[in-house]
Amino acid sequence: MLWVAWKMLTGNRVKYLGIVFGVMFAALLIAQQAGVFCGLMLLTISQIRDTAGPGMWVMDRTVQYVDDIKPLADTELFRVKAVPGVDWAVRFYKGIVRSRLEEGHFEQMILLGIDDATLVGGPTRLLMGSLADLRTPDAVIMDDAGYRRIWPGEPFRLGRTFEVNDHRAVLVGITRASRTFQSFPIVYTRYSQAVVFAPRERKVLSFVLAEPAPGVAAEEVCRRIEAATGLQALTQEQFIRKTIGYYLAKSGIPLNFGITVFLGFLVGTAIAGQTFYLFTVENIRQYGALKAMGAGNGTILAMVLSQALQVGLVGYGVGVGLAALFGLCTRGLVRLAFHMPWQVPAITAVAVLVIVLVASLLSIRRVLFVDPAIVFRG
Amino acid sequence: MVTTSAGPMSPESTAAAVRVRGVTKRFGSGETATLALRGVDLDVAHGELLMLVGPSGCGKTTLVSIVAGTLEPTAGSVRVLGHDLVAMSGSRKTRFRRDEVGFVFQSFNLLPALTAAENAAVPLLIAGWRRSAAVARAAEVLERLGLGERLTNLPSELSGGQQQRVAIARALVHAPRLLVCDEPTSALDAENGRITMELIGAVAVQPDRAVIVVTHDARIYSFADRIAEMEDGRIVAVTRGSGAGEGRP
Ligand SMILES: Nc1ncnc2c1ncn2[C@@H]1O[C@H](COP(=O)(O)OP(=O)(O)OP(=O)(O)O)[C@@H](O)[C@H]1O
Ligand SMILES: [Mg+2]
Repeated sequence: MLWVAWKMLTGNRVKYLGIVFGVMFAALLIAQQAGVFCGLMLLTISQIRDTAGPGMWVMDRTVQYVDDIKPLADTELFRVKAVPGVDWAVRFYKGIVRSRLEEGHFEQMILLGIDDATLVGGPTRLLMGSLADLRTPDAVIMDDAGYRRIWPGEPFRLGRTFEVNDHRAVLVGITRASRTFQSFPIVYTRYSQAVVFAPRERKVLSFVLAEPAPGVAAEEVCRRIEAATGLQALTQEQFIRKTIGYYLAKSGIPLNFGITVFLGFLVGTAIAGQTFYLFTVENIRQYGALKAMGAGNGTILAMVLSQALQVGLVGYGVGVGLAALFGLCTRGLVRLAFHMPWQVPAITAVAVLVIVLVASLLSIRRVLFVDPAIVFRG
Repeated sequence: MVTTSAGPMSPESTAAAVRVRGVTKRFGSGETATLALRGVDLDVAHGELLMLVGPSGCGKTTLVSIVAGTLEPTAGSVRVLGHDLVAMSGSRKTRFRRDEVGFVFQSFNLLPALTAAENAAVPLLIAGWRRSAAVARAAEVLERLGLGERLTNLPSELSGGQQQRVAIARALVHAPRLLVCDEPTSALDAENGRITMELIGAVAVQPDRAVIVVTHDARIYSFADRIAEMEDGRIVAVTRGSGAGEGRP
């Protein structure tokens, strides 16, 4: 009987598309907004991910996310190095500085200071110049999006200079970098140079980046570092989770997106529910006839549910497909964040399932209570 | 309490396919209650085509609905093909309708999205047949009813008479022992009405099957073995039909 139900459903193209549209609309909105949300979350952790190499981040106990900088004393580096199981450890500076361009106007920049000797944590996707050039005096490497932001329309040109806190900086390289939340230009330099650029403070060390010795689990070494130094030590994965957790808990982002997703859910349920109910009412005599001819309530229920699931599947497929297409089309756009991990389609699937089940509730009620005797009435 | 003027009507009433005694039916309650049946006794024998006639609102549809198991009587007893319908639970009644009853409705009630053959196959599908087997069997029945050329047409592509023939095929495809037709010809012109009744007389009436046809249509009275006349919720007269019955073995 299920194929009969499907034929009933798809028999009226316009009605069918109307029902599918409601579900598709909801799926699109939910998946798209969830994708943008994940994209934003990705922005918050981009600098953790971009800092390739070290498996562990060591920081002040009270740091809650990657942009929450609580400077450490320089001597902490040696205490971390001394912990058994630490293969190597280097200093890492991260801060926001004000720079003055040749043309005289000011720009905020994210300044990253990497270990002078090893250049660990440096950019890995250079478009121009080389990492070794950072060793020259006043040298900096800037991300390409930042370059375009402060010198719009100008071709990439090395050797340009600007001032960072009244100190001269010379551009020696251009790199790709993941976008950040603030979308300021990102500037890499040596740690010792970063200390010069940075505002005068008693302590400047932001993080100690460390690598566990071969054969020792990073989590275990992190525990040892914490025990030995009283600092907070996290694996890269843990730091990513902590940062995202912070934004989830403390920012309005989840709420704002949650509201949009919820509205999409409501509207989708309303449209799908209404059109599906109208469809059922229109066919109520057919259901009555089927019941008169001996179709039990179980059969009728299975028919309506299979119709709802069919609509849900098609609407889901088209909706999530469109959301993914949106993500693909906007991938090149700097201002749009979009990321679709498997959780997004999974959550959307659950939402769509709930939508079609809720939408079919009224219809189910209606068909279960239809009196087979109605078919004898003109 | 027997209030009808006609008593048990079939001589072999013990073997009757349908045996209705003292049935009343009240719709609603209090001031607005309607007494649609006021104590009906009726027997229909196996192999018989009984016609139920009478003015609009006299209770014909109500009575056949009760006999077919789609409506509960308020009082009285109803035995159909050996089943006591009054004592039957809802789900057993559903199975009874599925296995024992064929329906022909005034407004056809075909599924617009299904082809003629698929529509005729519906009772077999409800009984759990596989689609291909059910449609093949339905096609055989449609061929016997002269619709062999129209198997894959949708109802919207068929004339009213053809649609009613599909409905008759659907009512017979699972070989039920009771066939209930409510005004099968009233949506049809005289010619199609006659063809429809001829088909019912020729194909539907079988020695082991009882057929009840509700009608207003005096032109088809001649197809009846007996005619039960209703008025205001009662059967007021039962007469022999004027012919077709005599012609059958
Ligand atoms: N579901 C219902 N609720 C209330 N009253 C009903 C209902 N069904 C039938 N009736 C009433 O019961 C009486 C008998 O109706 P029924 O449909 O059996 O008549 P009928 O002989 O089939 O009429 P027609 O020839 O017009 O089809 C009518 O007065 C009708 O209004
Ligand atoms: Mg009627």
